[in-house]
Amino acid sequence: MELILSSLSMLAQWDVLAALVIGSVGGVIIGAIPGVGAAVAIAILLPATFSFEPIVGLTLLLGVYGSSMYGGAIPAVLINTPGTAVNALTTYDGYPMTKKGQGHRALSLAYSASFFGGMFSILCLIVLSPILAMIAPHFGSREIFLAALMGIILVVVAHRGQVFAAGMLACFGIFLSTIGLEPAKYTKRFTFDQSWLTSGVDLIVVVLGLFAISQALLLLVDKEHHPGSAKVEGNLFTGLKELFAFKRVATVSSSFGVLMGMIPGVGEFTAQFLSYTYAQKTSKDPDLFGKGSPEGLIASEAANNAVPGAAMIPLLALGIPGEALTAMMLSVFYVHNVIPGPQLFQGQLDFVIALYLALILLNIIVLIFLLSSTGLLLKIIQIPTRFLGVMIMTLSFVGVFSLRNSVTDCAIAAGFGVFGLVLKRLNLPIVPIILGMVLGGIMEVKLRSAMARVNSPLDFIDRPIAAILFIVIILILVLHVRAVIREHKVRLEREEGTSETSTQQG
Amino acid sequence: MARIKTLQELFKRYRRPGDIVFATLFLAFSVFLLTQIPGETVWANRTKWFAQPRLWPSVAIGGMVLFASLHFIGSLCSKRIPGRWREVGFWLQSFEFVAYFLIYVLLVPQIGYLPATLAFTLFLCVRIGEATPLNLGAAVVFSISVVVIFRAFLQVKVPAGHIYEALPDGIRAFALTYL
Repeated sequence: MELILSSLSMLAQWDVLAALVIGSVGGVIIGAIPGVGAAVAIAILLPATFSFEPIVGLTLLLGVYGSSMYGGAIPAVLINTPGTAVNALTTYDGYPMTKKGQGHRALSLAYSASFFGGMFSILCLIVLSPILAMIAPHFGSREIFLAALMGIILVVVAHRGQVFAAGMLACFGIFLSTIGLEPAKYTKRFTFDQSWLTSGVDLIVVVLGLFAISQALLLLVDKEHHPGSAKVEGNLFTGLKELFAFKRVATVSSSFGVLMGMIPGVGEFTAQFLSYTYAQKTSKDPDLFGKGSPEGLIASEAANNAVPGAAMIPLLALGIPGEALTAMMLSVFYVHNVIPGPQLFQGQLDFVIALYLALILLNIIVLIFLLSSTGLLLKIIQIPTRFLGVMIMTLSFVGVFSLRNSVTDCAIAAGFGVFGLVLKRLNLPIVPIILGMVLGGIMEVKLRSAMARVNSPLDFIDRPIAAILFIVIILILVLHVRAVIREHKVRLEREEGTSETSTQQG
Repeated sequence: MARIKTLQELFKRYRRPGDIVFATLFLAFSVFLLTQIPGETVWANRTKWFAQPRLWPSVAIGGMVLFASLHFIGSLCSKRIPGRWREVGFWLQSFEFVAYFLIYVLLVPQIGYLPATLAFTLFLCVRIGEATPLNLGAAVVFSISVVVIFRAFLQVKVPAGHIYEALPDGIRAFALTYL
């Protein structure tokens, strides 16, 4: 009780509450505008949050992260354009419902399912926190090294059909983390005798380039795209009642979201895929999926909104980010010398609980805002895409330049912007670079400290958690190879039957 | 022959125009880094392998070369898609906007954040063909809002313009702090 009161007092400050409101309302608006997304917004806001208290900065970023997917459902349902990438599955059933004249019902269900998913994940976290607090101290250097290695492997194998590309980009991220002065021996690595490379490549500069500047360039160079107009009429509160009829789908989908959010490198897409497949297989009306099924819509939205809360678990408990957005948040911790990991749960549990409470408040604020302001948001999403590019480019400058007033940083960010544009055009993943950068640094430090106490290779995995992590890593690799071989056989059989050329690869 | 065909099938993958150009460039970059390892990293004496400064760059670059080679082979084995050079042209077009961005970066410490931002957004509106009165007005409002929020309210570190030094006393202090 004392702990909760301490957490509440942490939240009950005007700057924390302001960050919560600005973050959640801003996140909805950013999510609703196709072509922006939470990653762009967080990348831009990140340097500005460094001057805030950690709780204020994290609340603001969590607000954007947790609420953007709510907003992303609006254009997905009404104009068949997902506001954020993870809302793509929402278009499958949301837009057909709109075409049938059920736009307000689809939106209402999407909001309600998102709210359910968000709240479900936070409740899971509150229940899991004490368990985490017990397990986390058993994570020493070798366990954290293995968990980081597992994160890298998962992010690579999770990109089915692009494993080689994800692998090379993750390794590129690890390479970027090694540039500059080596922290133990202070020798230069890949500086090419250039003074501006001695301090290394800043994560924020790379993030801003790959996410924000690349998106601005893409919008500026590409053809103008005017999002279609839409309007919604009817009572948006009805979905809250209707959701109870589909509580099984909502609960299972949210559980998938929590589970996938907790596993580094997996995230929303896998959670959505599993939830959607489950909902379709157990539905009384599976043929309606893809043609306007409320269950499909609920599965998609509940699963993706359950992820942000759960993604905070590996970040807070082990200091290991599971995807790009939590990797960005990690830098907020580092700037304020708050080291996420076992000691955070032992020494600052009130801070952790305050973050969870902030997530609850954020979901409530977002739901109220959406139920009252959807009409206004429909006007905002009409911003011409090239003008949006101008806005993102202007804001990117603040993000990069305010770090240390360096023109070189801006040039590096612009270089990564072009690189990100190429990756986006080729549909190659960006996230492995960021995770490679963050996890690569963690692996280097942890391997060095872990090996100092290891005599033989087997000693490395002689503790229970280390052994479990090692077995899980082996299992992931074996299962992936098996899946690739199986898919390849199926493809060959299909091609023999149809003599058509497939272009998919495991 | 059948085995070669099976291998080719195994590496086939989904891709977009320009993929092979990227795959070639990335592989060449990775191989270049590989050749630079001895000169750009140090192998320290009396230091175990896990603490060697060369270890992690080698692991990373080794992985880059391995995966980039596989990616390149995948690109070679897959069906050719037309539009490769048109796509490369698209990538190159982005350099024009990168140049504008860098000019903006260089202008800020000279003419100040607000004037530079106004000039940048208005110029880009004209350049992208969106110079309607509504958009130009929106660009002005947006520029002022960004400067007020980030420089005046959030106090982010953006240097004051040299040009502000020439302003009259009353306005100069205000401009140096908030604009």
